[in-house]
Amino acid sequence: MNKRQIVLSVNGTDHEVWVFPSATLLDVLHDELGLADVRYGCGEGVCGTCTVLLDGDPVNGCLTLAVQAVGHPVTTMRGLMGPGEVMHPLQECFLRHGASQCGFCTPGMVLTSLDLVRRCVSQGRVRPTRDEIRYALVGNLCRCTGYTKILDAIEEYADQ
Amino acid sequence: MRLLAGHEEAKILAGGQSLMPMLNLRLARPELLIDINQADQRPPSRTGDLLRLPALTRHRVLLEHDLVRQHCPLLAEAIRHVGNVRVRNRGTIGGSLAHADPTSEIGCCALATQAQVVARGPDGERTVPVSELFAGYWSTTLAESEIITDVLIPVARPRQGGSFLEMVRRTSDFAIVAVAAVVELGERPGEIAAARLALAGVADRVMLADPGPIASTADQDQDLDAAAARIAETLEPASDVHASAAYRRRLARVLIARALRQAAARATGDAR
Repeated sequence: MNKRQIVLSVNGTDHEVWVFPSATLLDVLHDELGLADVRYGCGEGVCGTCTVLLDGDPVNGCLTLAVQAVGHPVTTMRGLMGPGEVMHPLQECFLRHGASQCGFCTPGMVLTSLDLVRRCVSQGRVRPTRDEIRYALVGNLCRCTGYTKILDAIEEYADQ
Repeated sequence: MRLLAGHEEAKILAGGQSLMPMLNLRLARPELLIDINQADQRPPSRTGDLLRLPALTRHRVLLEHDLVRQHCPLLAEAIRHVGNVRVRNRGTIGGSLAHADPTSEIGCCALATQAQVVARGPDGERTVPVSELFAGYWSTTLAESEIITDVLIPVARPRQGGSFLEMVRRTSDFAIVAVAAVVELGERPGEIAAARLALAGVADRVMLADPGPIASTADQDQDLDAAAARIAETLEPASDVHASAAYRRRLARVLIARALRQAAARATGDAR
């Protein structure tokens, strides 16, 4: 199997990369493009640390092949930040609430909950309930915080 | 189709939410992966009394699409239990049925709703009832060169109710036991004309179970319990690290009775 050249649109920038057709999107983003905010956790789609937005929807980077992302814009958590690495308001809420300790799960938590809040807003609702946030984050494991501070942070962001 | 026919060890890649973990864990080592994600963009549609779900319909669409919610509310209810938000964004109904997991929520609903799959092979198309699709652990009766293109589900009729219940230790886990029930009321008050049950997690495949005749009188509650007990006794589930066979049988009994009651109540319009 030979490598082939593909173009991936990541965080608003096109990248030409040589990849094996069997390479996962996670491996290419992390190893080839140096995006440390996309992480290998379980490789089974259970833990959520490789979450990226594909066409705006959260997907598992570990269960998507890089070649499948050609023509579909990819956003990682870093892509939410403004010029000069200004934090996204949701990241600010995480920081304020101590919702990030070791930080390994944080990008997945931020992207998944941002998707939830956006969907709520697009349905004309004020904010998701605490149970809805819990349900949306069922596939994002955190071993540090006990989740309560994460829920608090997301609620504060949704209130803004 | 040409690639599939030309390679013995080829696998079709649909949503990839089961196959990709198997590749990552090296449980599967196919010679060739055939990505069909660009092959079909059709949305769900209704033709007469059939809801047509193209094989690449994502779980999220099943959860949110008006046609599905209206004509197969059982499936929309069950999808909530499937994976997590990322899995539902990629996973497909055709891929799930072809994967034939014995704990599949989707397979369970497909059985209870008398769904059929359209399978296309080198010699053309055929329609396979889902009751004849599963052949054992992660295997189907489809030929190696066949591919599911559509899932056809009879639309829910008036005076019909469904219920999907499952037990898991953590939300989004594989079901320990899951039950899908569909109840159709008859002409007389309280009469149950037909009841269909499908079970997951109790055999090497999702399976149908026959609740038998159920009285329309005051004895109905007893009949439902008796049917649940009778079915549970016939089951021979496996013991594994998640649950013992005895616990699975007990769960089946409890969940069958609850699901039949809830389906009957929904059929009469008592409860949502």
